[in-house]
Amino acid sequence: MRYIRPLSMEDAVGQLAGSPGTAAILAGGSDLLVRMKGGFIEPDLIVDIKAIDGLVEIRETAEGFSIGAAVSCALMGESAALMREWPGVVEAAKLIGSKQVQGRCTIVGNLCNASPAADSVPALVAAGARALIVGPAGRRTVVVEAVPTGPGKTSLAKGEIIEAILLDRRAPRSGDAYLRFIPRTEMDIAVVSAGVNLTLDEQGVVKSARVALGAVAPTVLLVEEAAEALIGRKLDEAALERLAKVCSGACRPIDDKRGTIEFRRKVAGVLARRAATTAYARAGGK
Amino acid sequence: MAGVAVLTTINGDNVEYLCQPDETLLDVLRDRLGLTGAKEGCGTGDCGACSIILDDRLVCSCLVLGAEAEGRRVETIEGMAHGDRLHPLQQKFLEHAALQCGVCTPGFLIAAKDLLAKNPDPTEEEIRFGLAGNLCRCTGYDKIVRAVQDAASVMKGA
Repeated sequence: MRYIRPLSMEDAVGQLAGSPGTAAILAGGSDLLVRMKGGFIEPDLIVDIKAIDGLVEIRETAEGFSIGAAVSCALMGESAALMREWPGVVEAAKLIGSKQVQGRCTIVGNLCNASPAADSVPALVAAGARALIVGPAGRRTVVVEAVPTGPGKTSLAKGEIIEAILLDRRAPRSGDAYLRFIPRTEMDIAVVSAGVNLTLDEQGVVKSARVALGAVAPTVLLVEEAAEALIGRKLDEAALERLAKVCSGACRPIDDKRGTIEFRRKVAGVLARRAATTAYARAGGK
Repeated sequence: MAGVAVLTTINGDNVEYLCQPDETLLDVLRDRLGLTGAKEGCGTGDCGACSIILDDRLVCSCLVLGAEAEGRRVETIEGMAHGDRLHPLQQKFLEHAALQCGVCTPGFLIAAKDLLAKNPDPTEEEIRFGLAGNLCRCTGYDKIVRAVQDAASVMKGA
């Protein structure tokens, strides 16, 4: 096993692409080291990306925010600008693990670990976040929902690294929110989760909406029909009822000791409704 | 496997060591440097017994590679007291009997120190949430929370 700490994306990509055996990218390590310890993975090469310029920074650009791949969730929580514009994304990132884990874990790691229950992913999908990917063939940008393809699997090719997550600058009267259900009060994995992102017009009518559900299918679901239930309306009881019904219907959950299929379906509707109510209030809707 | 040469700072001292690429910082601290205050409870970031502060961030040293400490600042429980003078948190843990077997205690002290550095006047709820990454199977947590509250009031007065 080799450990390297490249200083540039080009070097990191080259090392990953040229590695004959199993290679792993190390940012926060809160998934990788656990998998190594458990014997699930024994990489021949570990590429620590934290020394690469800009990867531990949250940058504000003309278009919005660029969150470097090695930015810890704790650092996201300390960014007042990010909190102001994307409170739902930040609250989701801040739900991952303990204070100790927060100091290390990253949203890119959460995305690439490809757990259906990843907390930050539904919030990122609802936010319309994009992943900036660098690889041997150059750079490309994809919507975040295109990255995980199933539990533990991603669409990233050999040698590709996500350099940053991109979030747009907010239109006026916009708000997002994320909620999850866990049987404890903290430090647990989502049984069901929901992220909602809304933009309103001057009358408080929903102009655009994105609704994402977590832990109810092999990958996070972007539920377009749920967004349609909200668009063109104020967030009245009928719209919320319709949202909950559509979300419950969109679930394809597993049945396990943490939650039955019936329970997960019901809770998905309840959480979507509550997240939408919070997002609406954050957008200034009344 | 070739060793990795690391130059880092631990509790203010420059330290050099060689470690294996897959060796955790916890194992380096305990097995190579003789700093056995940080404990291995779970080894998977769930129990917090191995908590340390890395560049002002509270982390589990079992989830950090030894090689990653290069050029960074590490603070462990061994740096908490000044000679024979205990840190107020250590003193209050003793006074409130906030420990029994003691395995979780170094992690709790480090996590509480980090908590009070960022929030000098936490509510009980903030203490409980802030220390949720540290597990204790002896005390039932109440005595720990009270010790942290008491230490916070002493430190504010200092």
